[in-house]
Amino acid sequence: MAGIVSFGAYVPRRRLDRAAAFAALGWFNPALSAVAKGERSAAGWDEDSVTMAVEAGRDCLTGVDRETIGRLLFASTSAPFADRLNSGIVKEALNLPDDIATLDFSGGQRAGLGALIQSLQLAAGTSGPTLCVAAESRSARPGSEAELTNGDAGVAMLVDDRHAIAEMVAAHSVTVDFVDHFRAASAPYDYDWEKRWIRDEGYLKIAEGGISAALEKAGVDPQSIDAFVFPAPAKGVAEAVAKKAGIRPDAVRDSLAAGLGYTGTAHAVMMLAHALEEIGPGKTILAAAFGSGVDILILKTTDLIASLPPRSGVTGSLARRTVESNYIRFLFANGQIDLDRGMRAEFETKQPLTALYRNRKAVLALVGGRSSKTGSVQFPKSDIGVDLQDDSVGTLEDYPLAERTAFVLTHTADNLTYTPDPPALYGMVEFEGGGRMNVEFCDMEQDDLAVGRPMRMMFRIKSIDEQRQFRRYFWKAAPAVY
Amino acid sequence: MASGIKNKVAIPGMGCARFGERWDAEADGLMVEAYQEALEDAGIEAAQIDAAWLSVAFDAINVGPSGIPASIALRLPNIPVTKVENYCASGTEALRGAVYTVASGAADICLAIGVEKLKDTGYGGLPVRTRGTLFDMIGVVGSAPGNFAQLASAYRARHDVSREDLKQAMAHISVKSHANGAKNPKAHLRKPISMDAVLKAPIIAEPLGLFDCCGVSDGAACAIVTTPEIARALGKSDIVTVKALQIAASNGWELQGAGWDGSYFHTTRIAASRAYEESGITAPRDEISLLEVHDCFSVTELVTMEDLHISPEGGAIADVLDGMFDADGRIPCQIDGGLKCFGHPVGASGLRMIYENYLQLLGRAGDRQRQDNPKLGLSHNLGGMPNQNVSAVAIVGLEDA
Repeated sequence: MAGIVSFGAYVPRRRLDRAAAFAALGWFNPALSAVAKGERSAAGWDEDSVTMAVEAGRDCLTGVDRETIGRLLFASTSAPFADRLNSGIVKEALNLPDDIATLDFSGGQRAGLGALIQSLQLAAGTSGPTLCVAAESRSARPGSEAELTNGDAGVAMLVDDRHAIAEMVAAHSVTVDFVDHFRAASAPYDYDWEKRWIRDEGYLKIAEGGISAALEKAGVDPQSIDAFVFPAPAKGVAEAVAKKAGIRPDAVRDSLAAGLGYTGTAHAVMMLAHALEEIGPGKTILAAAFGSGVDILILKTTDLIASLPPRSGVTGSLARRTVESNYIRFLFANGQIDLDRGMRAEFETKQPLTALYRNRKAVLALVGGRSSKTGSVQFPKSDIGVDLQDDSVGTLEDYPLAERTAFVLTHTADNLTYTPDPPALYGMVEFEGGGRMNVEFCDMEQDDLAVGRPMRMMFRIKSIDEQRQFRRYFWKAAPAVY
Repeated sequence: MASGIKNKVAIPGMGCARFGERWDAEADGLMVEAYQEALEDAGIEAAQIDAAWLSVAFDAINVGPSGIPASIALRLPNIPVTKVENYCASGTEALRGAVYTVASGAADICLAIGVEKLKDTGYGGLPVRTRGTLFDMIGVVGSAPGNFAQLASAYRARHDVSREDLKQAMAHISVKSHANGAKNPKAHLRKPISMDAVLKAPIIAEPLGLFDCCGVSDGAACAIVTTPEIARALGKSDIVTVKALQIAASNGWELQGAGWDGSYFHTTRIAASRAYEESGITAPRDEISLLEVHDCFSVTELVTMEDLHISPEGGAIADVLDGMFDADGRIPCQIDGGLKCFGHPVGASGLRMIYENYLQLLGRAGDRQRQDNPKLGLSHNLGGMPNQNVSAVAIVGLEDA
């Protein structure tokens, strides 16, 4: 039976302290005080929906043989490329086989849950499980409410027709061109209509109507719903929808607004992952995502949920945090304020696409080489291996390094090199089992640098070519534990 | 078995431009300044030069491609002029081309000239540049201070040294070089500094502060080389000869292999051992009279004392703090101010080091002249970064040394 077999999540480590942002903005928009509590997750300058999708995918694939994956779906309304398969980048970074289908989903707040429903409906008879990822990193206009209430995150679900931890009971969709907000194809920010209208005509009629229809169609008693996953940026809306649909108030899941923020099209799936972490076997979940209509998914957890190997998940990635109380730095990381970066920032970062294609495994998947004769591991792979005990040419085999723990050999904190997040932290690391590289460090402070510290490799933006709007991705190293 | 270069080639003339922020000068003018001094010193004319090597390290600014800029600037008589680039070790590389050609008998008199015009970048420090297509995708585009600062983290871990003790030794190195540079009329930085100023300076790349970093300068230096016989025919009585000339280039072991811990220069150890063998030196700590090393950063100079087999492993801090490498110490290091204060016009630096050793050997170093009749001067010229580099060691000395 089709269902979810695994899940994973990723939240950027930085959390904007909303009170600090309000301290900078309150003079301009005092009404922001209503949302000036708690934290929102904030992607670093080197994170986007693709990098977060990769991290969520890695978490989801904990203990899963990647060679078995049959399909990859990626949902986002903030994907970095309009025409370059974003899911193709995710596929490369996850080192998935070439002979799989991938698809990008977008167009609204239902894309994340919609992609998951499509995966479930396609699960029967397909070759291998579908990895369904959703990630969002939306820009909001400085001083807007959305700037404080949005969040950035990635989430992934692995779907198959057997061994489910949560089986699909029913799915239902309603599509109506109800424009509560919109963002034109080339526009940087959303344009929002009045909240009271969205609540009364949107959530309480379109969404609630769809939910009731789904329950009736599936023959599920609303009172039997144990977890009601319903993202709505405005307070009290999920509770009101639940009440009208006959769902118990205690089933309404935490919106994660206090510590994460509203993560757009990823959010319904984020809340679903959070529910799967906490709910246990034999429970019924109803997840719904609103936007130009509504998508509804009803699931029932199985006994297998208890035996899922440990992972970071929503809870783990929320616990990995550092508070950003510098609003200017938050703006700069988002490219929303033009600080003087100096001439060193003028460095040309044009990417030869031929070379990227040839080296895609090394660059995007961090695949090195291993000598079958000596067992020596190196990065990157080369025709003549670095271990001269093996003098054969062109015989190194692929050796993935991304999931291996690396240990710091050398380090510095460089105030001279241009980076959007100074000082530039970098040094050499050596992988458990061999292989080493010079690498940038991320998600840490200067004082955290130490020779011998264990690190986890992270998929990140390496540089952005502002002239051509291309971005380079590569791997950086973050502390394995904090 | 190769017999080596020892005493096969003499240096009858050298020249060096004043280093510094030469807002007034083009690269051409800097080359002419060094070249005229060398021609006059050697007592030859341009028509006698058979072949030339031009060392420059940076492409994006400076003189542009090929050996033509030197040929034009110096109006050389349509001889072969070869441009060489080997990171910051380019200067010694140019000398190697000239010296080997003379030694082969293919030419009688050759010229090695290095130049760099760095102060047209618009900012301090070395220009940010590509290191190749693949490197730019998977490498770290760090600064030079950031690349070398990593030595400190690894050296501290290996030898269990506190940050304070390391900073103290590094500061001693910089204070010493500033004191030396103050006595050198051609040096870029000529102001003595205090330990306190060094230790309180802003951090450029942890743990390197401002005064742990060398200057970036405009400048040029050159050498004229020939056989000892021709040098004598030119009227030279005190003949300085090349005793050893060795270059070791990384093959990726440090960065990709297993075993290097980041605290030393693998290549320097190799190049130094080969140079001592080539020159017949068995106890470098006792036999070398003068050291000019690639002190791009104070920490580089520190670990290089060990890599040249002068200080025992882990013993450089004690030797430095003992004053062993001060101008009046047992083996002065950077008696001309070094890269730190003489300056670092990259393509010229290797030749500038040999220029100082040459002057000292001939007793022509003015206020900074060593009075103990130096006989062998070693220069160490490094290009790249600790994990991937080219290390050049040149030993010059009096013919009978």
